[in-house]
This record gives sequence, structure tokens and C-alpha cells, in this order.
Amino acid sequence: MTAPAHDAPHATGPAADDYGPGVAGFEASGGDWDEIAREAIGEERIVVNMGPQHPSTHGVLRLMLEIDGETVTEARCGVGYLHTGIEKNMEYRTWTQGTTFCTRMDYLAPLYQEAGYCLGTERLLGITDDVPERASVIRVLMMELNRVASHLVCLGTGGNEMGATTIMTLGFTAREEILRLFEAVTGLRMNHAFIRPGGVAQDVPEGFTDQVRDMLPSLRKYIGMLGDLMLANPIFKSRLQGVGVLNLSGCFALGITGPVLRSAGHPYDVRKAFPYSGYEDYDFDVPTDTAADCYARVVIRIEECYQSLRIVEQCLARLDDTVGAPIMVADKKIAWPAQLAVGSDGQGNSLDHIRQIMGTSMEALIHHFKLVTEGFGVPAGQAWQTVEHPRGELGVHVVSDGGTRPYRAHFRDPSFNNLQAVSVMCEGGQVADVVVAVASLDPVLGGVDR
Amino acid sequence: MSERSGEVERRQQGPTAEVVRERTGMFGVHGSGDTSGYGGLTRTVTMPAAASRPYGSWFDEAVDVLAEVLGDAGVAFADAVERVVITDPRRPAEGEGPSRDAELTLYVAREHLLAVCRALRDDQDLRFELSLGVSGVHYPDDVGRELHAVYHLTSVTHGRRLRLDVACPDEDPHVPSTTTVYPANDWHERETWDFFGIVFDGHPALARIEMPDDWPGHPQRKDYPLGGIPVEYKGATVPPPNQRREYS
Repeated sequence: MTAPAHDAPHATGPAADDYGPGVAGFEASGGDWDEIAREAIGEERIVVNMGPQHPSTHGVLRLMLEIDGETVTEARCGVGYLHTGIEKNMEYRTWTQGTTFCTRMDYLAPLYQEAGYCLGTERLLGITDDVPERASVIRVLMMELNRVASHLVCLGTGGNEMGATTIMTLGFTAREEILRLFEAVTGLRMNHAFIRPGGVAQDVPEGFTDQVRDMLPSLRKYIGMLGDLMLANPIFKSRLQGVGVLNLSGCFALGITGPVLRSAGHPYDVRKAFPYSGYEDYDFDVPTDTAADCYARVVIRIEECYQSLRIVEQCLARLDDTVGAPIMVADKKIAWPAQLAVGSDGQGNSLDHIRQIMGTSMEALIHHFKLVTEGFGVPAGQAWQTVEHPRGELGVHVVSDGGTRPYRAHFRDPSFNNLQAVSVMCEGGQVADVVVAVASLDPVLGGVDR
Repeated sequence: MSERSGEVERRQQGPTAEVVRERTGMFGVHGSGDTSGYGGLTRTVTMPAAASRPYGSWFDEAVDVLAEVLGDAGVAFADAVERVVITDPRRPAEGEGPSRDAELTLYVAREHLLAVCRALRDDQDLRFELSLGVSGVHYPDDVGRELHAVYHLTSVTHGRRLRLDVACPDEDPHVPSTTTVYPANDWHERETWDFFGIVFDGHPALARIEMPDDWPGHPQRKDYPLGGIPVEYKGATVPPPNQRREYS
């Protein structure tokens, strides 16, 4: 067999025949990369683009690294590749439809955007006190399950990025258990739009608390296995300990919250500092560490999973105590008129409600039509609501001009803010440590770019 | 010069509420004949009005301390803070103090923003050490104060929060950068520049962050269209969201 001629068509040809004047070309045929680089470009700086399509950048994060050998001398982030204008879109939908949009921001923690947005809307409406207790308990239960699911993805993908595939498969298997519960409640594994201004879309299905109780032991087992795999593993420890350090004053200056702040020793947690949805009535601890490195953040995330499960158990007891209680505010000007149930055809429908509005009450039909198409008016003003997101403090700034649509809805996503710490964490370290440091921030680009 | 005197006049009028828009009619019908009989109805929509003393809770103390610290720095409180607004989602009864969910908003004159931020961060009785970013709002009907930059500060030490609201006119969209006081605001100011076109003077690298570098316009402004195309479904055509009937 003869080698193909040099000018024969190739599947992958060179980018261009002629790179143009001023662009040097180098040919390397084996040898040590260090020597080639020294011969070719001397002491000039090398800027390496990591991403936006790099498997370890959690989606489409672009890292611009200036490297000197294996040492990172400068690290910068480029974001915006996933910007979809969710905030702008929300200005063209009713307040209720807004949850459908904001749930898609941070897709690993969808219920937090919904909860923050709905709590903010309720502030503007002045109905914070009127939200029924059962609705708040369901919200807390869903949020805490979501926190565990999100942390499991963080730990799993973080392990995968270091080459530990078992950690990833374990994490995702455990997360699957939680997604099954979400599916039972909301019908969906993500993008739930389940929490609505005034309460939640639907009550939990019958037998749900038992389903959760049956699941908890296996979830605990999986989290325990993850801990066993990671925390005493010498390779894991040598990759994480002392890497990506960000001390307390650095965290405050850069506005870093969540597990990263707590790994630096401050027990700041919105659930304790500015409680919402009745978090002041739950018994749980806020784990902290003082090492301020990537390893401490893994320990904190695992510990937070256990704390969340503690809250989940308290929620289950409360759910059992309030069976049949309302899950939406009593005000018919705000509450969604229909209550869906799964029909014999497997589709969600609300036959009793349809019978009423089509058969007996014209006024109910008008009201239904007005509320669903026009939505409810929200008094003019602005409100700020934050919730403790798995990645830090999620802030929601909602502004109303008195209309039936948000005048402005701004989300202060914790990933967006926390990515500012990448340069501080990575500069001076090794290229391989960049992957670990970014994984310890756990950015989700859907939330960063919105 | 006239712009400056306008600002002074606004301040001398004392506590006023920001006018957001004029609403006409009753049912949000626009562009077609209104047969409801409510077509002549006009209402002025305003943001919550300025609060009067005593504010209640920790608000009086914090505002007093801020006035004192600003005075020490040579800035008159009345010049720096145009308006103090308190909103309470729990609607306390008459005579009752504000609830723990009440929000304090300081409308700050942009030329004194840095002095206010520095005082809020550094004084031991205020200690708002954590900034949770910048949000922009565009009020095209609020002439002379179209663009607002909104800062949310948290005092982890005292367990308090407040909001700074800084306005600037569309013709002169400049607000001083707060990155020297709160480095965390770096990306948030870039985002607000990107989406609203507010120029943060003194920012180390005020580049677009979400939109491509060569993008024309600032997408979150109210005069920037949402865009979209009509979608056909089962023979019917659904117009893009910004062309559908709107009620507000």
C-alpha cells in the first residue's frame, strides 16, 4: 500500500494553505514539547483557550489561561455563550408564566429560581403571610431534595473531571432517585414550573411521603458510598487539598457565598440569616470548615446533603400532619382556578372545573379566562428576595409597574458571581488544578448566562 | 446648568414618589375602539412614596449613622440621599412597626454614590460588607431619570439588608463604578452596561459580558424589541410574544 499523494483530498486538510504574512508556522515531528516551544517561540507568552467546548468546564465556560510551562500565570473567564434572554422574555409574560422561564436558568437547581421569584412576587403582592403552611412545607421539601440532587451532580462531575468515573456514575445514580420523586410531584425531571406565586401548582400525590421515606435509606447509602470513595482517597486528597484556596476576606470582597464561603469558615447561610418559607422552624446545622480549599468544599457539600435530608424528614412529618390543607392562597384573584388531575387517558385535566365553568357559571368562565390570559395585577414597587441556592445566595429583584407582567425580573445568580473568583483561585497554580478549582465553584452556565 | 437646577428643584419638593407611567382605560385595550366606556380613565402609577420618621425597626438608627458618617466625610445627607423609602410586604397594622421582611431603599444621587457605599461598608455600626450585585431598570417615562442602577447590600454582621437606587438620565448615562469599594460588582456592572447602556465610570474593564462584543444596542431597555417569529401550529398562527395582545 502506498501513502496517498500529498495533494490528494484529505478528510481534514490544513485550515489554510497560506497563513498570510506575519504568521509563523512550525512543524514538529516528535520530541519534547518543552524544547519545541522554546525553539519555536522562545520566551513569548502562551495563551490557551480552555473551552467553551471543553468537557471539564461545566457546559460552555471559556477559560483563557496564560501559561508558563505547566503554571497558570493569568486566568480569565469568558461567559455569555448560553445567554438566552430569559429575563427579557419574562417581561412579556404574566407573573405566573414567569416561573416557566426562570426555572430554566440554573437547570440543576430549577426549584430555587422558582421559589425566589415566587417569594419576591408574593412580597410585591403583600401576601407573604397568606401563603398556606402546606405550600411552604412542599416548597422546602422540594428545595432540599433539589439541593441534594445538585450537590450530587457537583460531586459526580467533579470526580469525573479528575478521571474518577465511578464517582460520577454513583452521583448520577443517586440523583436519579430524587428525580423520580420530582417526576411524581411535578410530572417532570427538570424545568418544573411547579412553585407558583401564592403557593404551588399542585398538592403532592397520595402516598408521596411514604415514597420519599422508602427512598431515603438508599440515598443515604449512596451519599455514604461517595464519601467513602472520596474523603480518604490519597489521590483525591492530593489533588484537592491546598488547591483553589480563597480566604474569608477574599470571599467577602468578591461576594462569594454558599459552600465556598462556608469552606473559609463563615457560617453565613440565608436560611439562618434571613429565613423564608418557615426555615426558622426547622432543625438543621450549617457545616463549615477553615481549610478554604477544594477538599473542604467537597466535605461541606457531602455534609450539607445529610443536613438537607434532616430537613426533608421534618417536612415529611409536617406533610402527614396537614393532609388536605390548602396549597394555594385563598384569594381567587391570584390562585389558579383549575386543579389538574390525571385522567383515564393519562393526560392532566380538570374535568370538574371544566364542568363548572362550561355548564353552570358564566362568571367563573370569565374569571378563568381573564386570570389565565391577562393574569393578576401586582402593585407597583420593587422587591428583593434571596434564597440559599446550592451554589450560594440567589437574589431575585422583581419590579412591577402595576401591570400584569413583571416590569423587570433580575436574577443574581450565585454561579455568575462566583466565577469572578476563578483568577484568584487559579493563578500561580498548575493547569490541572484549574479543573479542580472550577469544579469546586460548581458553576452552572445556564444560570450564569440566563 | 438647567439640568442641575432641575435636580435641586426635585429635591426641594421633598419626598416625592417616582412616576413610573400613566395608565389609561380600564381593561388595557389599545389600538382598537374602546367600547367599555372607561377609555377616558387616566391613572398615574407611582413607585412607593418616601417614608416619614420614625421609620421603625433598625432603619432610623442606620439612616442617622449614615448621615453622621457622611457629614464627617463632608457630604450633606440631603445632597447624597434624595429619598428614603420603606416597603413592607407583610402590611403591618396602623401604629405597628415594620416587620422583619421590610425593605429599606435609599435613592442616592449618583455623584455621592461612592461616599455612601464607603460609609455603608466601613462604619462599624453599618458594616454592609457584602454586595449582591447590580441590577438595572429602564423607566422610559420617568424623564431625566430613565436609567436606574440598583444595588443590594447585606450586612452579615448585623443581619440587615438595604437597597441603593441610583438614577441617571438617558442622555448622560454615567454612574460612578463601585468596584473600588465592592470588587464583587465588577461583572455585575459589566452586565448592567451590556443590558442597559449605563456607563460605570472608573470600571477597570467595562466590556460586554453576556452579548457578543460587537452587538449593537442594549437588549434589556424597554425600547429594544424582544423579537421572535410567528409560529404555526395546527393551522393557526401564533404571533411572537411582543406582538400578542397585552393587557397592562
